Amino acid sequence: MKIVLEHLTKRFPSLDRKTGGFVTAVNDFSFEIPDGKLVGLLGPSGCGKSTMLNMICGLETPTEGKIYFGDDDVTKLPPENRGVGMVFQSYALYPHLTVRQNIMFPLENLKGDAKLSKEVMREKALEAAKLVQIEALMDRKPSEMSGGQQQRVAIARALVKKPRVLLLDEPLSNLDARLRLQTREEIRRIQRETAITTVFVTHDQEEAMSISDLIVVMNRGELQQIGKPQDVYDDPVNLFVAKFLGTPAINVFAGRLSGGKLWIGNEAVLEAPGSEDRDVWVGIRPEGFVLYENGPFRTKLSRIEVMGRDTSIVSTHDMCENTVVRSIISSGSQIDPDQEYVHFLLKPEKVCLFAKDTEERIYTELRNGHDKK
Amino acid sequence: MIKSSAKAWLYLLPAVLFLTAFMVYPLFDVMVYSVEEGYNFASQTYRGTGLYNYSYVLHDQYFLQAVKNTFILVIITVPLSTGIALLISLGLNSVTKFKELFQTIFFLPYVTNTLAVGLVFMILFKKTPYSEGFVNLIITALGGTSVDFIEGPYWAKMFVLCFYTVWVVLPFKILILTSALASVDDDLYKAAKVDGTGRLRIFTRITLPMISSMIFYLVITGFIGAFKAYSDVVAIFGTNLNAAGMNTIVGYVYDMLYGDSGGYPSFASAAALILFAIVLTITCINLLVSRKKVYYA
Ligand SMILES: Nc1ncnc2c1ncn2[C@@H]1O[C@H](COP(=O)(O)OP(=O)(O)OP(=O)(O)O)[C@@H](O)[C@H]1O
Ligand SMILES: [Mg+2]
Repeated sequence: MKIVLEHLTKRFPSLDRKTGGFVTAVNDFSFEIPDGKLVGLLGPSGCGKSTMLNMICGLETPTEGKIYFGDDDVTKLPPENRGVGMVFQSYALYPHLTVRQNIMFPLENLKGDAKLSKEVMREKALEAAKLVQIEALMDRKPSEMSGGQQQRVAIARALVKKPRVLLLDEPLSNLDARLRLQTREEIRRIQRETAITTVFVTHDQEEAMSISDLIVVMNRGELQQIGKPQDVYDDPVNLFVAKFLGTPAINVFAGRLSGGKLWIGNEAVLEAPGSEDRDVWVGIRPEGFVLYENGPFRTKLSRIEVMGRDTSIVSTHDMCENTVVRSIISSGSQIDPDQEYVHFLLKPEKVCLFAKDTEERIYTELRNGHDKK
Repeated sequence: MIKSSAKAWLYLLPAVLFLTAFMVYPLFDVMVYSVEEGYNFASQTYRGTGLYNYSYVLHDQYFLQAVKNTFILVIITVPLSTGIALLISLGLNSVTKFKELFQTIFFLPYVTNTLAVGLVFMILFKKTPYSEGFVNLIITALGGTSVDFIEGPYWAKMFVLCFYTVWVVLPFKILILTSALASVDDDLYKAAKVDGTGRLRIFTRITLPMISSMIFYLVITGFIGAFKAYSDVVAIFGTNLNAAGMNTIVGYVYDMLYGDSGGYPSFASAAALILFAIVLTITCINLLVSRKKVYYA
């Protein structure tokens, strides 16, 4: 089921009585989720992700705009008529019911022609439980299970009615790091098996990048960028998106385009033929640095961290917006930890320029002037 | 091991001493009294031991009346007050505007002086040379005949007593239930809504079970409280409760000790132990029922 959002806006009456007015949680949001895809809705805390999800599932009605599932306009439909399954951050399992009763709960709500016999319900519940591999725990209470198992029950309950759309609101944030990795693979697998269009909300960019077919980055209620995870990472449309994606984060420097060259401080780090002279923000991904003795870019070395495969060089630079410059190089490279300065060449494809004022991306050709042997 | 348990006992000692002196010893004493036949207060002597005191009490018309009154009071007021408190709490929980105001209003009786409460009931129900009482004014205005609620027919007096009891226990129950309702995770309701659960089913399958432990607590304490009713009855009907036909079991015990016909600690003890047996039985039944039905977080 394809989901289309058209100019969605949600305003809440402001809780601050003195100033009155409105809080705009979601502002003029339009995008399309293709059928059967897993979409990661990504943004910092308070940017309106849950509000967005609540509008898609019908718990909140949009102030303006329309929502379509396929060709059906569902904007005004109550949640139960939309065919959505939802998994909450707190799981929202009914604590007084067993796993089986929890999973059967949505089925018991069916009325009229859709009404099911007890046997069919049990069968369907078992089927859903098998999908998330908790069929052995059917008679436990939620309190007798681990966070990861509870999570699966919540997913089974959301899936048991065979929804057209599955919505997950930060489903992993209550799990520890290892379980989080496992469970997100699990969610990926279940989504692939069922091919249900899925929206997955998270503020963890790594999580979103790793399992989504598409990611939607939002900030302060507004759509920033939508695309395949790698595309958004490689080609951010503005400084916010560039900073939000990637760990370690992108390094941002104050720089200048002048005379066909990109300058950071007094060093011309890259060629920018035909560019117009202006001040810019220069974003350089940590993997965009190459150690090179005569490299044009020089930073003051602080320390070297070796983490498994990678070696990361932590250094400082006066023009850098962050406190430190982090660069990741392959661990084969030799570097003397006692030297004062390190020299780098920059990989042009890992460097993005942004306008100083609007922070929008500036597209201009970048080239390495120095030949690397 | 021994040392640490000795330490624990040492810490418990004050409580143990206190409880022994003021709870265990009197209980034991009451049991002894209740089997001493023909006890004489003045000479502190008795004829012999046996179950005559119980037999006397169980055949005493006044005691049977008191048992009947107490049971009627319990059976009517406990479910009624809990039910009304639940309805009001549900209402309070769903209003957003003036919520604090309503909460304060419903809580007022709890902090109001008993005398003031008594006065309000006088104004409502009592016939005086100057007024008929507010409720009677309404009844006559609607074309009915006025009823003497304080000295009139049995049902009228019972009505006033039940009304008063429900009204007095409501604030506490509302307080407990509103906080119980507020503590139910909002996501549970959202989840139920997404699954298309009807309002009634949300109430019976989610809300009720989630607050069942608090309801159960209110029912048990309600039963115990109502079985011990006495001072409220005196406040409304005066001290000669036997004559008014409105005595309660605790009232009977009191009368046997200190009332006009008093001076019979043996009868009083027997009656008190019968009350104890009743309350114990009912509480056990409650606990048995709750084991199946109540959810504890
Ligand atoms: N019922 C409401 N009334 C008023 N303001 C609200 C309401 N719900 C959300 N908001 C506001 O709307 C904005 C977006 O909230 P939302 O819960 O959608 O954020 P979020 O992206 O889900 O954040 P988080 O990652 O912390 O869950 C916030 O500024 C919040 O204060
Ligand atoms: Mg949220």
